[in-house]
Amino acid sequence: MWATYLFPTLIIALHSFAVIMVLLVALAFFMYGDRKIWAAVQYRRGPNVVGPFGLLQSFADIFKYLFKEVIIPTAANKPIFLLAPFITMFLALSAWAVIPVSEGWAVADINVGILYVLAISSLGVYGVLMGGWASNSKYPFLGALRSAAQMVSYEVSIGLVIISVLLCVGSLNLTDIVLAQKTIWFAVPLFPMFVIFFISALAETNRPPFDLPEAESELVSGFMTEYASTPYVMFMIGELANIVLMCAMAVILFLGGWLPPVDIVPFNLVPGVVWFMLKLGFMFFCFAMAKAIVPRYRYDQLMRLGWKVFLPATLAWVVLVAAVLQFIRPLIIN
Amino acid sequence: MILPSTIIFYMLAGVSVASAFMVIASRNPIYSIFFLILTFVQAAGLFILLHAEFLALLLVVVYVGAVAVLFLFVVMMLDIDFSTLREGVLQYMPIGATVGVILLCELIFVFASSSEWAGANKIATSITTSDITNTEAIGRVLYTDYIYYFQLAGVILLVAMIGAIVLTLVEYDNPRRQNIAAQNARRPEDAIELIDIKPQDKEDTL
Repeated sequence: MWATYLFPTLIIALHSFAVIMVLLVALAFFMYGDRKIWAAVQYRRGPNVVGPFGLLQSFADIFKYLFKEVIIPTAANKPIFLLAPFITMFLALSAWAVIPVSEGWAVADINVGILYVLAISSLGVYGVLMGGWASNSKYPFLGALRSAAQMVSYEVSIGLVIISVLLCVGSLNLTDIVLAQKTIWFAVPLFPMFVIFFISALAETNRPPFDLPEAESELVSGFMTEYASTPYVMFMIGELANIVLMCAMAVILFLGGWLPPVDIVPFNLVPGVVWFMLKLGFMFFCFAMAKAIVPRYRYDQLMRLGWKVFLPATLAWVVLVAAVLQFIRPLIIN
Repeated sequence: MILPSTIIFYMLAGVSVASAFMVIASRNPIYSIFFLILTFVQAAGLFILLHAEFLALLLVVVYVGAVAVLFLFVVMMLDIDFSTLREGVLQYMPIGATVGVILLCELIFVFASSSEWAGANKIATSITTSDITNTEAIGRVLYTDYIYYFQLAGVILLVAMIGAIVLTLVEYDNPRRQNIAAQNARRPEDAIELIDIKPQDKEDTL
């Protein structure tokens, strides 16, 4: 009896370990790519000292942080202060359990995969709130409040964008969502939703131009101000994992996941995971370019964009998609 | 033979009861909310054990991801003096005890009436035996048999939302509102003026 449960559990644990290892190494290079793109836009060289072309810069940074002393402010609430970065990183990594990198390449191919990702990313706000409150300092607290309001606001529009995709698919399973794009990627018929998803994802992950929770000219470093060494690295890894997760979600929802652009011979011989990585890289490039070329928003503009522009627009689009599927599709099919 | 699912059930149930107790027992209101979140998460775990993964994730999205965030938001901004917080406990004890006893009686009545149990069991087994996903099953019941109740619940929530907005809306004499239309209509020609300054002699600047 125990063997029938123990063996699959062990396999799942090994799967998860492999995914986390690959993800963490990939994140180091995503970080490097982010800095290189940013530097190139500004006519700088970026990291170029550690390793060939500076490729090992991120590892050097991580080890530097890990070997530093952990500093906890005397006024801080110690358990919550240390729990916050752990929660951020744990949630960001656990969301990857359901992401299908290629057909069948997901640790857990569950029926409600997209809802799982939405649930996990909606919990991400706790790491920020806990860190900001437990620091017992003004800048982190203001940063945490900003971040909480921002993440809750943009989750609404992301949820509605996802609903409009789900209406076209008829399933919450991520593999089904990708397979439904065999004829055409959803980025084409749902292009406005793709744009809104991209902008909302920037806001949801606190990326520039919506990085108000850590706006350095106003709030020093936002909720991370009091953090140093390993807890800080955990926050950074959590944030980066969330950003890449949002890129992966955009790829799965709108760019056809692991499917080749056209289903003809030279393209469909390439393994799906390569296509997935290429599309992921493209989405991350867009994220990095947005960081490099767009100035930061004002906070009230951010809230206005979320509630007064994106919410009505996505709501109207959901109604439109539902109406098209209900009334016009039967006419075409019959 | 003890099934792993039984062990997991008792773990989830035990932690959820313990954390529910800690919600009212902990001195710091912030801790209370964290324990409340823990209770929600354990309840979601129990739903997953029942193969109701849609309900479980909905519970996490709505209660943990939105409702508890607002609780935390409000409590963090309150200026609480922990020493005075405990003083009024005895004063409110009779009311609290009455509500508790009424709830306990209700629970006993529900457990005692066997007809209710039979209905609950019938619903629980009917969902697991069908081959449709539970997202679909809930949708089919919610948007057909219970459509009026569902819409009514929506209207009640809307009324509650409008009520909350009306209650908290304060009219200021001089509200500093941003005029977004005017800001968007601003062009570089209106805001920037390029002036050709003639270089001055050294004597003039000194």
